[in-house]
Amino acid sequence: MVERKTPASRAFDVCNYIFLVFLSFICLYPMWHVLVGSFSDPVQLTKHYGPLIRPLGFSLEGYKVVLHNPNVAIGYGNTLFYVIVGTLSRMFATLIGAYVLSRKGFMFRKVMTFIMVFTMYFGGGMIPTFIVVKAVGLYDSRGAIIIPTLIATWNMIIMKTALQNVPDSLEESARLDGANDLVVLFRIILPVTKATVAVICLYYAVAEWNSWFNAMIYLRDNSKKPLQIFLREILLQNSQNSGNQTVQADADVSAIFLEELIKYCTIIVATVPILCVYPFVQKYFVTGVMMGSIKE
Amino acid sequence: MNAAATRPGARRQSWRTRVRKNYQRYSLVYWLCLPILAYYIIFHYLPMFGICIAFQDYRPAKGVFGSKWVGLKHFLSFFTSDYCWRLIRNTLLINCYNLIFGFPAPIILALLINEVKCAPFKKTVQTISYMPHFVSMVVICGLLVDFCASTGILTTITTFFGFERTNLLNSPKLFRTIYVASDIWQQIGWGSIIYLATLSTTDPNLYEAAVIDGAGRFQQVIHVTLPTLVPLIILQLIMRMGQMMSVGYEKIILLYNGLTYETGDVISSYVYRRGLQSGDFSFGTAVSLFNSFCNIILLVAANTLSRKLTNESMW
Repeated sequence: MVERKTPASRAFDVCNYIFLVFLSFICLYPMWHVLVGSFSDPVQLTKHYGPLIRPLGFSLEGYKVVLHNPNVAIGYGNTLFYVIVGTLSRMFATLIGAYVLSRKGFMFRKVMTFIMVFTMYFGGGMIPTFIVVKAVGLYDSRGAIIIPTLIATWNMIIMKTALQNVPDSLEESARLDGANDLVVLFRIILPVTKATVAVICLYYAVAEWNSWFNAMIYLRDNSKKPLQIFLREILLQNSQNSGNQTVQADADVSAIFLEELIKYCTIIVATVPILCVYPFVQKYFVTGVMMGSIKE
Repeated sequence: MNAAATRPGARRQSWRTRVRKNYQRYSLVYWLCLPILAYYIIFHYLPMFGICIAFQDYRPAKGVFGSKWVGLKHFLSFFTSDYCWRLIRNTLLINCYNLIFGFPAPIILALLINEVKCAPFKKTVQTISYMPHFVSMVVICGLLVDFCASTGILTTITTFFGFERTNLLNSPKLFRTIYVASDIWQQIGWGSIIYLATLSTTDPNLYEAAVIDGAGRFQQVIHVTLPTLVPLIILQLIMRMGQMMSVGYEKIILLYNGLTYETGDVISSYVYRRGLQSGDFSFGTAVSLFNSFCNIILLVAANTLSRKLTNESMW
């Protein structure tokens, strides 16, 4: 485009760039603050009130404490379990549901679609769901994290749209070769829609990694709790207690200094996997957002 | 099958025969359908049935069938309690602030990013601005609590403007501001995706035509860029309207404390506190049902409005 650059236009460009750099800085700074803080000297960190540009002194003390905290290891293991098993089973169920809804000749397709889509607009709510989960015996079991939220209807609708877009001719030619429904689904349809499958898997995985509420209300046994629950205990519950009470005189002084450092180290340990992965997978999420916005 | 459907006698086939024929052709689909249906019935429709405990004095030991029916008792006690107005006010206010400040933010960001011609810079800004979306709610709230503590960096920044050094999150006046501002921080980049994608489909000829007509940068934005976004903005706005009575409980539960219930407690967090934490199942369900009822009415109204204005609707 040939464009005469007026001074006003140039001025706007400069301001725009400055603003966007500033915005990026605001988005990045909190994590930078925590990262730099996590390598700092505990005493200096606790006494420091302002922004952090680089570590204040250097110490790995916080990481030592965090990595020796058995709860962090348990939480990590459980989260990995919930993410892997949860994503696989959710994807499988979502795929089955989407397959059922995408068969045009299936007589109950409309009824099934209604039954499923209705739940997107109306549900029993937190308490009746809790009672049902308890009644079916899932309370305080690993299943309580995965099974009640097995299918996200929205994801299933996206998957259904993808399945419907597979050309019929592909399926028919396979059938002429004598393939049955299952072979058609897994050998013919699935490979064509693998981009959508990948997107939905990522959605499920990240959501599971970050989720904590269901674990909080359904799990009592520490050995089953995911990382986010322990994170909450370290980050939020301790601080609420110490914030309201005056520090006891006989409390271990070094422990008080470590508190802030431990928080920062825990955040880094729990968030680094996601932050390392997201720049590479974000484009798939973006396609996911677009898929969701396209009407059938 | 097609042949059967066009035969004159086909219409007289009984429902049973048609199901049997359909089953023969789609037997696998029928079998696959069963577990999915079971999942929806158990984990979505049973809880809907469970809403009836809102009209009971539910005792877990007696179950839904053994508990005493009390009619509208819980609803009346909610509507006559001091909490009712406070919760509705907080829920609506948080949503209003979100609508006024949070809704335009991603649109403005998308317009600004769209003006950037340098592709690598554009890409970097976008990727960085998505980051907060991927950080878990627990960590976001942990950061907020830390930064807003009396020794935190946000508190330090406010002291430059003459404020006292106190824990910002213990201040009822600031709770909603912190809630909405952090929401914008977390969602501004992610929210701009959909607008940027729409902008990328704008016909470049329109800009050329505008330039020939003597339009400057600003006029191009007003007369070419913005109009391409208008249908999407209206649709998103209407969908927001349908959610005016719902605020997610997760962030509220993580951030509020006894000092900030006055301004921070919303309907969903109250349902959690009264219903699950205090075990007052029936009362909590009644409040939650009232909230769902409001949501449905708003959603239907928003959808009707959308159909009238834009010919687009959710159903």
